[in-house]
Amino acid sequence: MAKITVDGKVFEVDPNNNLLQELLSHKQDLPYFCWHPSMGSVGSCRQCAVIEYANDDDQRGRQVMACMTSPREGARYSMDKAHQFRAQAIESIMTSHPHDCPVCEEGGECHLQDMTVMSGHTYRRYDGKKSTHNNQNLGPFIGHEMNRCITCYRCVRYYKDYAGGTDFSVQASHNHTYFGRFQDGSLESEFSGNLAEVCPTGVFTDKVFSKVYSRKWDLQSSPSVCAACGVGCNINPGERYGTLRRVVNRFNDEVNGYFLCDKGRFGTGYVNSAQRISVNMSRSAHDARPSEITPVDAKAKLLAMKGNAIGIGSPRASLEANYALRALVGKDNFYAGVSDVEFGLLNQVIDIYQNRPVHIASIKDIEKCDAILVLGEDVTNTAARIALALRQSVKNIGKEMAARIKLPMWQDAAIRTLAMDKKSPLYILSSHATRLDDIARQVHIGSAADSARIAFAVAHVLDSSAPAVTGLSDAEMALVNSIATDLKAAKHPLVVSGTSSLEPALLNAAANIATALGNGDQRGNLALCVPEANSLGLMLLMDGSQNSLGKAMQSGARQAIVLENDLYRRAPSATVDSFLSGLQQLAVLDHLQHRTGEAANLVLASGTFAETTGTFVNYEGRAQHFYATFKPVAAIQSSAKWLCDSEFGNEPRIHILTGGAAAILPNGYKLQKLTPGADWTFAGQRAPRQHHRYSGRTVMRAHLNVHEPKQEQDEDGLMNYSMEGVPATKDATIFNSPWAPGWNSNQSLFKFQKSAGGELKQGSHGERLFDENTGAKAWYAAVVQQAAISGFAQFPIYHLFGSEELTAQSEAIQAKATGAYVALNPADVARLGLGASDGVQVQHNGAVPYLARASITPGTVGISVGLHGLNYQNMTTAGVSLNKAANWQNPKDWRASNIIVSDAGSSSAYGRGTQG
Amino acid sequence: MTLTNKPLTKNIEIGRAPFNFAQYQAAGGYQSVARALTYKPRDLMKLVQDSGLGGRGGAGFNTGLKWSFIPEPDGGPRYLVVNADEMEPGTFKDRLLMEHDPHLLIEGMITASIALQATMAYIFLRGEYKEAEHALLQAIKEAYAAGVLGKNIQGSTFSLDMALHTSAGRYICGEETALINALEGKRANPRFKPPFPQVSGLWGRPTLVNNVETICNIPGIVTNGVEWFKGLGINGQFGTRISGVSGRVKKPGCWEMPVGTTFRTLFEDYAGGMQDGYQLKAFLPGGGSTDFLMPEHLDLPMIPGDVAKAGSRLGTSLIMVLDDKTCPVGCIHNLIKFFAHESCGWCTPCRDGLPWSEHMLVKLENGEGSLKDIEILKEMCGYMAPGNTFCALAPGAAEPLQSGLKYFHDEFVEHVNHGCKYKQH
Repeated sequence: MAKITVDGKVFEVDPNNNLLQELLSHKQDLPYFCWHPSMGSVGSCRQCAVIEYANDDDQRGRQVMACMTSPREGARYSMDKAHQFRAQAIESIMTSHPHDCPVCEEGGECHLQDMTVMSGHTYRRYDGKKSTHNNQNLGPFIGHEMNRCITCYRCVRYYKDYAGGTDFSVQASHNHTYFGRFQDGSLESEFSGNLAEVCPTGVFTDKVFSKVYSRKWDLQSSPSVCAACGVGCNINPGERYGTLRRVVNRFNDEVNGYFLCDKGRFGTGYVNSAQRISVNMSRSAHDARPSEITPVDAKAKLLAMKGNAIGIGSPRASLEANYALRALVGKDNFYAGVSDVEFGLLNQVIDIYQNRPVHIASIKDIEKCDAILVLGEDVTNTAARIALALRQSVKNIGKEMAARIKLPMWQDAAIRTLAMDKKSPLYILSSHATRLDDIARQVHIGSAADSARIAFAVAHVLDSSAPAVTGLSDAEMALVNSIATDLKAAKHPLVVSGTSSLEPALLNAAANIATALGNGDQRGNLALCVPEANSLGLMLLMDGSQNSLGKAMQSGARQAIVLENDLYRRAPSATVDSFLSGLQQLAVLDHLQHRTGEAANLVLASGTFAETTGTFVNYEGRAQHFYATFKPVAAIQSSAKWLCDSEFGNEPRIHILTGGAAAILPNGYKLQKLTPGADWTFAGQRAPRQHHRYSGRTVMRAHLNVHEPKQEQDEDGLMNYSMEGVPATKDATIFNSPWAPGWNSNQSLFKFQKSAGGELKQGSHGERLFDENTGAKAWYAAVVQQAAISGFAQFPIYHLFGSEELTAQSEAIQAKATGAYVALNPADVARLGLGASDGVQVQHNGAVPYLARASITPGTVGISVGLHGLNYQNMTTAGVSLNKAANWQNPKDWRASNIIVSDAGSSSAYGRGTQG
Repeated sequence: MTLTNKPLTKNIEIGRAPFNFAQYQAAGGYQSVARALTYKPRDLMKLVQDSGLGGRGGAGFNTGLKWSFIPEPDGGPRYLVVNADEMEPGTFKDRLLMEHDPHLLIEGMITASIALQATMAYIFLRGEYKEAEHALLQAIKEAYAAGVLGKNIQGSTFSLDMALHTSAGRYICGEETALINALEGKRANPRFKPPFPQVSGLWGRPTLVNNVETICNIPGIVTNGVEWFKGLGINGQFGTRISGVSGRVKKPGCWEMPVGTTFRTLFEDYAGGMQDGYQLKAFLPGGGSTDFLMPEHLDLPMIPGDVAKAGSRLGTSLIMVLDDKTCPVGCIHNLIKFFAHESCGWCTPCRDGLPWSEHMLVKLENGEGSLKDIEILKEMCGYMAPGNTFCALAPGAAEPLQSGLKYFHDEFVEHVNHGCKYKQH
């Protein structure tokens, strides 16, 4: 640490950091634009000017940019003396700004507004014409209003340099510099939504939010966790007038940091969907007309099933809801609502995490890794935030190079200059081209089973006591050796795999490599992706029970309660049909209607993540608590509450159920650390969900009744559905929306961090439930089961937009999604005699359009998962026969242009890496 | 090479085609290559450093010293890049050298590359210099044919390739790191230093960027030695350089003369003084991005330190003359308009300060300006001062403005009260 003096005040600062970040860490108000805690310094905006004095005698000093300055021990600086320059900088930056704050979506949370006021520029002297630009249509997610641009370069630094996007750039020059695409068109990056948060003003805005716009201070917000995949990014949803308006990033330095993927940000439209189950329905028989029933009757009918029904849990419902169902039906009658293959894979993940000496890698860990093997997991589509993290990992070589010439780590542009196109090694073994191929040292296309064999061999090369594999070709052995060499040479090697390729051997091989990379106390990093927000939470609640969905369907049960689940996505359609038809009583609790729900006698309207409070366990076993953002209409209740009978006092506070789950989970005691405690208050009050500037409270219902109603109550405690109370920002664990005096935008976050860009003052990382295994190395046998294949060998293809059940019901996501399809090598297209507008009849399944992709191995077929038109669960491991579909016409939801892969769906030669 | 007091221009005869390889060699050319091959690279750098040769692009930094920062070879590529993007307003010396004696530049590049152990040499040429492009391409071809370029030059172990790149045309490409970006096909924005180009330049490899005239000095120094070079200068200076004059003088042009020559000698003896009917009002000593000097400064020697003491920069040492019948406000407006257009758009004071300044100058010229505008213009000069911007473009652009406001303040005020008197007849 170094001691510096700034305007007479003494600060202890880290000399390895830049002066701006250090001053922000000390909560000083120094304006800036181009600097970003995740992206470092480039010195473009010149807004953070300070005066640096050479010595005690120096009265004049020289002006430097704080973001480009390493603080020196004993040095003297002044922020005050550079005030005039900063005002000039703002004044000139604003010469072409349209001053359209009243109609700007950024208004009220605009960093430019804040900095303008902070810098002291209030009176406009420029009287010339403004330079203007044309805006572009950037697709369904992001609005574009270039005239507001202040040319801070954050957007292009984020989109291109940070997120690896290729269809966005800076164009033209001087005061006509332009940020956009080469022509109108939907942004291709899966992380485009962050532009809205990175942009310090209203150039890039959340287009979905714009249509239902509300000022930040009028949104009711809560700390929440994204329910759209297994990564568990932290989010702040915002509500007004009973509809969910938007989702913004909630900082968690160990998980999502500052950034979300577009599925998480734009995929919550289903909460407001017209298809929402908003009333409770029952019917006497399958074919009878359903009739609406009161919540009291609905609950009575549900609880009446106790003792007779089995319960099928859900990987997308909270721990509390699953626990309540398990408690209602009894442990022995509680079944996992995931496919049987997935059931096995998830148990395997838990076994690896608990019983192998590996380090479970958080996203923060992943970003530190410097050699990576991605094993059969298309992370961009299955766990997108991890893909963004991997794009940072491969840049670590630049940091090493910088360290060698003593260049500070925050010198973003300089480090990129130094590293050029050099990347830390990343290898991908996959059954098809992926969106990370552009940063890979080598890509190997082959079946998941092939990939597993190669991976087992890598483990053996790394540690000869790991089981060996025979029969690999020379090319494969060369790949094995280069992977092993790079992983071994790395300081922080990482293996990323997961359940999505449906290949058990792949998980075992990943575990063997991570185990082999261990060395004493240092364990190899391993990240195993899981499909859904609470996949691991559900499986941990199974507590070793072998009650798979298949067993449920063979149980002979006559009554079943299905929690937040469409069984047709979990098992072959025929099996589900026969199971459901054997039931006398089927209760379904869910948000949206689906095939399973249509067969139910009792449908209960259950609250989404935005309307309920609970806990999810993410891919690394991290339990995270989410708070309801708003209270739904009376007919909708949280599944957890529906399922509670008198044993819990019918409607217990949520922590009672969390406590129940805690008793089952490993290290379950940690769950109580997720909140400051159910009876927490500050100065005698709970934390408000509404901003202290929340407007319209006394009038927003005046058209119904002039009497202001009592504020909605949250029985779960901690947070109010109102403005009353001490702002939640006092405690980061109940952090609903960052705001600080003078800092209305999300840039105010640094006021709540221990150091600018670092962890929140109260930590608030969630709690990791798995103890790291420190035992001796143990190996999984290098066994790869492979059924005999007749016809095509299929592999699953996932889509960030469309494969996930709920987000696929959001309008914005639908605009970026497509209906089901199969992907074939062009040679197979020819062999099947398919013309350009033909369809493919898939055995045991529907007829769908096809896509020719050169990167796909001949004889294999990629089959889309979760998209409308195919049920992947109908596929068998024995291969699939494909035929030209008769009388084919492409369905309306077939949008091939939305499919973005490395070989772009074309039949052009696959340009990167090697093919298996 | 025969000893001459005009080593840069001895082969130049306007109206005659430039020497081809054989003619150039017959005139003593390419001796420095063979000589350089007998040196250890570091000794060759030392030789150039000892000669006191300063960069001729405008900054004047010791060339040999700049070279010495290049790390030892590691087997990978190393680059010499010649900055031939001559876009400084009023500057046309490199053009003379390239159009009329391209082999001198090529010889200098080969010799410099031997010192630097460069594996590839680029000429980054201003796009408009079509004649220079043809001359250089022809000369490079001849040099390859003669075996002074390519593999194992003159039977040595040293190999060098050379290529010409014609710029798409931005003033900022004269900034060496922006030039490197442009050469890589990226936006011509300056880079932050460190890393310096010597360590991580073109495509992340060790790179030296030198001006054309600087490199053209190398053959003479290596062939004839340090003492010879030092003897060429006057007033305590070393070598020769090309200085010139544009504006309403009797004989505008550029000429090679000893370093240390006074402005008066250049202005009166070479350029023949002002045209009849015109008076010298002021002059920009070294391109558009230098402060005005006044007639009383004519006796200054063209030495960076002396010019700095008078409140300006020597820059490229090609002076632009402002006469008494040309509006100084219009002259400054013209320059600021150019610089505002050429701003790369990277940092705020340059990108947004220059267009605003231009706007106020337009108003003043049109008689729509106010005293407030003059005040803001003065403020702008401080705003764009060195240290406030990412590179030297805006501070350079502010130089004619700030000195103009000082020397011609009354004329600025007159523009507010009466409009531009120069336009009224």
